[in-house]
Amino acid sequence: MSESSPTTSTTSDASIRAEGLVKQFKDGPRAVDGIDLEVAPGEIYGFLGPNGAGKSTTVLMLTTLLPITDGRASVGGFDVATQGSHVRATIGAALQEAALDPNLTAVEHMRLQTALQGIAKADRKRLGDDLIERVGLSDAADRKAGTYSGGMRRRLDLALSLVHRPRILFLDEPTTGLDPQSRTALWEEVARLAREDGTTIFLTTQYLEEADQLADRVGIIDGGKIVAEGTPAALKSEIGLPAVEILPADPGDHERVIDVLRANCSYDESQQTGNGTVSGRLREGTGLTEIVRALDAAGLKVANLAVHAPTLDDVFLAKTGRKLEGAGDDEEQDEHDHDGHHH
Amino acid sequence: MSQPRRFTETALILAWRNLHNFYTSPALIIPALLFPLFFFTAFAGGLSNVENVPGFDFPNGYTAFQFGFVLMQSAAFGGVFTGFGIARDFESGFSRRIMLATPHRTAMLAGYAISSFVRAVVVGAMLFAIALAVGMDYSGGVLDTVGLVALALGVNMLALLFASGVAFRFRTIQAGPLMQTPVFMVLFLTPVYVPQALLHGWIESVAAVNPLTFVIESGRSFIAGVPEELLLAFGFGAVAALVLAIWSLTGLRKAEQAGG
Amino acid sequence: MNRPSTFDQTREVARRSVLATIRQPAQWAPALIFPLFLVAVNSGGLNAATKIPGFPTDSYLTFALAIPFMQAGIFSLLNAGTDLARDIEDGFLDRMALTPISRSALLTGELAGVVVQGFMFGAIFLAVGLAAGADFESGAVGVLLLLALASAITLALGCVGIFVAARIGSSEAVQGLFPLFFMFLFFSSMAMPRPLIEQDWFRAVATANPISYLIEGVRGLFISGVDGEQLALAFGICAAITVIFMFGATRALSARLGR
Repeated sequence: MSESSPTTSTTSDASIRAEGLVKQFKDGPRAVDGIDLEVAPGEIYGFLGPNGAGKSTTVLMLTTLLPITDGRASVGGFDVATQGSHVRATIGAALQEAALDPNLTAVEHMRLQTALQGIAKADRKRLGDDLIERVGLSDAADRKAGTYSGGMRRRLDLALSLVHRPRILFLDEPTTGLDPQSRTALWEEVARLAREDGTTIFLTTQYLEEADQLADRVGIIDGGKIVAEGTPAALKSEIGLPAVEILPADPGDHERVIDVLRANCSYDESQQTGNGTVSGRLREGTGLTEIVRALDAAGLKVANLAVHAPTLDDVFLAKTGRKLEGAGDDEEQDEHDHDGHHH
Repeated sequence: MSQPRRFTETALILAWRNLHNFYTSPALIIPALLFPLFFFTAFAGGLSNVENVPGFDFPNGYTAFQFGFVLMQSAAFGGVFTGFGIARDFESGFSRRIMLATPHRTAMLAGYAISSFVRAVVVGAMLFAIALAVGMDYSGGVLDTVGLVALALGVNMLALLFASGVAFRFRTIQAGPLMQTPVFMVLFLTPVYVPQALLHGWIESVAAVNPLTFVIESGRSFIAGVPEELLLAFGFGAVAALVLAIWSLTGLRKAEQAGG
Repeated sequence: MNRPSTFDQTREVARRSVLATIRQPAQWAPALIFPLFLVAVNSGGLNAATKIPGFPTDSYLTFALAIPFMQAGIFSLLNAGTDLARDIEDGFLDRMALTPISRSALLTGELAGVVVQGFMFGAIFLAVGLAAGADFESGAVGVLLLLALASAITLALGCVGIFVAARIGSSEAVQGLFPLFFMFLFFSSMAMPRPLIEQDWFRAVATANPISYLIEGVRGLFISGVDGEQLALAFGICAAITVIFMFGATRALSARLGR
């Protein structure tokens, strides 16, 4: 190994830092197109974007699994390109499609992982059992991973990535395909890791809610570029004030309600859902009270009136002109029942 | 932990995992045990009349003659099947876990090699036992047997190095035929059914220059207890091992470049 | 809308089956190349066997040319079965089942590609064999009989593949038949005439193995001319396999499609 010692680390105290990171596949797309980012120690950074945006490619480069085409990156103070083995010793990673061997049990996976990570022989068994318990798999510890549900697979994958107590953890779409309950359980564990152990977490996701709930800061990636970055609150406030939604009691009043909104809000034709509800975004200085008064003054009766704070989806829409939610979420349920159609 | 010790540990734990998979999944172990047995019974049983052909000069009879081929064939296929395992690990993403966790990625190859060796020994031992049980006339002494085992393990390693090179480059189980077909062809372009002197037509010329011919004939000579063509067989093995090791390691480098 | 005739339906499914076969060289190319490679290797490797007293010909190539016909049959079994199983797995069959097609038309059509392949391969194997110096003792009538038998063999084995696919509905299960059928092939009179097999148990297995008679039917046309009894046996076995497994496949498909 010709790698230099950890003293040649980068100047900043960032856990993860990338400058002008590029990945150009041979005969393929520029999957990552000049990304700059910095993640502070102990921070949970959410990398949000639709399928094919370049999230996984970025993670593969930062975890040394894919060579960088251009730019620089350091993880835990080590250069990703030249100090690969130091980087790998510092990080843990649970990559997409929990890479488990269907023939091994959780205990056997732990045995393999602890040995690969060079954990002292005497500690392996105890450490493995502890981690299995921590992710709530003790009851299934001796079952083959091939029999696990999606949520169990992700939990075991997470536990395996924690074997060597990494300071920095990469989670690539950790909850894709999980049911809401498993998702919440995994969120809690991730949040606990950051809170109690001070682990830096780099998490990619295509779920707004996940980034919103979990991440201290969010980077939105689209087409290989970061299009927005900041805390969820800051990003949302960039969009502006809450939106108001009004459903007129008499559908015939639709146009008149639009006139009221035009006068008091920023109304955008293209943002209408077309289901009878009319919506507009509040302006600085205009509150809900003003809208209600204006509706009264016009003699309009309202069936429903609601106020919505901006979401990260609004941020994504504003930055890319497309909606994120559902972009890569088209799993179909195939429920053919051959006995179902007798003649 | 020291670097060499870490390398050994990594290789051993990976070998354990591969063997564990092999011995606990019937879909893997049954064909691995049955196929050589099947070839052996079909060739040795169906063609035994060939020993009556004028000029068939192998002193220990047709069963022993065929055992010499089938042993090498099963060793070669053990290596190829290990290559399948590597390709499957890449396809499932399991290799990424290994590549992230281990500082020595060549230890990965060593782990596969160890498990391939163990498999070859188990399958070969079973074949040996059955051949003796059905009355194979075996004249080899202890040294001859050691030589025969060394040859078989060498063939196993060559096939593994070749197949792993393919697996590292394609990283999908769909590359299976690319690992299997060349090995199969090289194997069958040797004196499979009759001694080299009785070959006829184009196969005679091809077998004469196929280096594996020396290996098979040399293996048979160990069985007869009169070792022959050793220098050619082991010399070829050494050269081929060097070339194929480069093929495999450059493949591993390519796999790293592609991100596992 | 008029209900389409069974003939029309069969023809359309058959067209798809033939096109699908032609357009997937990865499926049929090995079935062509692999057997030819083996016959080339074995005819050189085992030519010495013709010196065994009582061996029916002095050219092992002529003797071994029957084997590719069987191997092509096994490949057709795999291909026909895999195609149908994939149609079941990806829902294509359900789509067809929603049309007013009869299930026998569906199955017959699915087999058309296989039969065409059997016919073409038979012609290629014969041409390559003759070019390489093999004897063919049964003349022009023999050529027609050979091609008919080649088609019958692929049809019969194709029905086995279709039966397994219709019954189990998984392409993996169909692929799993490969070793089994190779076993049938190896423990037949493939490499040695039955009377010359020395080991009693092996001769008994080969005699009980229907594949032996298919091989001998093809081989007889090359080695000894038109032998009515031998050919009747070969065609009869093909017919029996076809009828039994076609019936089984139709029933399995009925259960699957619920009609």
